[in-house]
Amino acid sequence: MANKGFVISRLPGFNPIAGLVFAGLYLPILILVVYSFNAGRSVASWEGFSLQWYAVAWENDAVKDATIRSLYLAASAAVISTVLATLAALGTTRRKAFGGQTFIYVMINQPLMVPEIVSAVALLIFFAMIKQATGYAGMGYLIAAHSAFCIPFAYLPIRARLEGMDMTLETAAADLYASTWQAFRFVTLPLLLPGIFAGMMLAFVTSLDDVVITVFVKSAGQDTLPTYMLGQIRRQVTAEINAISTVLLALTVLLLTLFFVLTRKKDE
Amino acid sequence: MTDSIAVEARHVVKAFGQGDTAVRALDDVSVNIRTGEFFTLLGPSGCGKTTLLRLIAGFEMPSAGAILLEGADITTLPPNKRPVNTVFQSYALFPHLTVAENVGFGLQMLGRPKAEVAATTARMLALVKLEALAGRKTSQLSGGQQQRVALARALAPAPKVLLLDEPLSALDLKLRKEMQIELKRLQLETGITFIFVTHDQEEALTMSDRIGVMSAGKLQQVGTPKDIYNHPVNRFVASFIGESNFLPATREGDRYRLDCGALIAAPAAKAARVTLTVRPEQVRLAAAGDTDAIPATITNLVYFGTDTHCHLALSDGTEVVARLQSPATGDAGLRIGQPVGLRFVPEAIQVLED
Ligand SMILES: Nc1ncnc2c1ncn2[C@@H]1O[C@H](COP(=O)(O)OP(=O)(O)OP(=O)(O)O)[C@@H](O)[C@H]1O
Ligand SMILES: [Mg+2]
Repeated sequence: MANKGFVISRLPGFNPIAGLVFAGLYLPILILVVYSFNAGRSVASWEGFSLQWYAVAWENDAVKDATIRSLYLAASAAVISTVLATLAALGTTRRKAFGGQTFIYVMINQPLMVPEIVSAVALLIFFAMIKQATGYAGMGYLIAAHSAFCIPFAYLPIRARLEGMDMTLETAAADLYASTWQAFRFVTLPLLLPGIFAGMMLAFVTSLDDVVITVFVKSAGQDTLPTYMLGQIRRQVTAEINAISTVLLALTVLLLTLFFVLTRKKDE
Repeated sequence: MTDSIAVEARHVVKAFGQGDTAVRALDDVSVNIRTGEFFTLLGPSGCGKTTLLRLIAGFEMPSAGAILLEGADITTLPPNKRPVNTVFQSYALFPHLTVAENVGFGLQMLGRPKAEVAATTARMLALVKLEALAGRKTSQLSGGQQQRVALARALAPAPKVLLLDEPLSALDLKLRKEMQIELKRLQLETGITFIFVTHDQEEALTMSDRIGVMSAGKLQQVGTPKDIYNHPVNRFVASFIGESNFLPATREGDRYRLDCGALIAAPAAKAARVTLTVRPEQVRLAAAGDTDAIPATITNLVYFGTDTHCHLALSDGTEVVARLQSPATGDAGLRIGQPVGLRFVPEAIQVLED
């Protein structure tokens, strides 16, 4: 046989190892999904197909409440962080290179680097001070915290899209009598939209499944879906959790699929 | 064509960078471009053609000097306030808009009524023969079609001046010839002043009313194609446009003595040491020993079909190329190593004092 150079898939044991890794990644999720359709109470023994746990979750007011709060929080955080990330991306790409550019870049992506637990504790203390001073205990704290840690997730796809954009298009718009605002409105923004939607999607998903910061920052009665599930599991494990998880999983997969469709370079 | 001035550059300097690394892309360039003319900027890569165009468009500000449009100083005016449009080398068509929306973009930004935008767009698409493609996305067009859209888009707002930065360089040879004719037609039909950039001398000679030859940030010569070809002012212009022979010579009274000893009549010059230049097609061969011909030896013969390049060496070693029409029989009876005489067509000799 001709020497084909180094091909990793030809190494002995490649297929079994790959199989094992994929099994490790997806088998637990598969089991979770399957047992959400279990007819019995047990999460360990199969007793037949049923949608009863979905019905139970649907009837549960605490679940409904947490779901609505989660969606509201994720939507608010996604919109706020995307607007800020868009401005940041424009500010860091649409100008000549400047001193301290790397520093700014690191600052914007800070939430990706600082351990989440540290941010959580810092926010807990910081918000406690504000709470004491103002007496305000609403959703504002959660929205502010989520918006902040979602910024890098919104920023990266928007920045990537901006960097891939032909700058002469903006020059051409200016040449054709567009003011700075018109050039942005009619050329830059429409071309940037897929990146903005992708960033918003990613921010939404990131906010939706956050636990650590949420647990630390939330006031009493501000459970989101993930913190509600965490609380439930501490008490008793029922397949209701499986059903909720499966719905959350489906939603996330849907949004991430949309994200990939939007960021795929469809060279128009 | 009138004699009024469309664009004037006055002692324009453009420097990029600072200190030791500064590049003078334009070094004291002054030029008048007349209303309604097809003016070409010609020069080698990096000589500053694009920079001059960008200054006229307003994408850059000069480091010193002024740009005037029809007598008004526009040096600091932003590009969207200048009645000047550009055809970009990369076309820069808006990928999210249709062909018609691209063409109408300028008028729309100027706030013209919808009906006017639609009518002008239709007229422009007809002008570049693209009516059938009005609704297409620009990504679905061929290179030549994109080129036409870029032209129509830049012409639609009826600018006072149209700037074209090597618009044909991305096209293959056949399409390029077609577009050269097309551009010339558009310029005559619209009467708009065209400033066209190229580094292709043939393109410049065939299309332009006047040419500005640039080198190293300086405008070397401005003139009609015939002027530039027949009366180059310096060695750079003489060698960049077409081919030339250069013969070092010393002035003796009103004639010039070549280094090989021959005495030649040519226009008067001030300097004592000059270079005479003659185009290869203005060199004639004579029989060896002809009394008023300069003795030379054939060193090489290169056949080009319609003509043959005959490389000759004078007695001091100076090389001269003569372009001779190939005779019908295909053999002029010339051999390498053969001694001959040569003459220059007297009125074709230029004197360069560099
Ligand atoms: N933004 C810039 N920063 C620094 N130097 C520049 C910049 N733009 C142009 N230059 C320099 O100025 C000189 C002239 O450039 P310009 O683009 O005008 O040349 P050109 O005649 O258009 O060449 P080409 O035929 O290759 O397009 C070059 O030496 C170039 O490197
Ligand atoms: Mg150029």
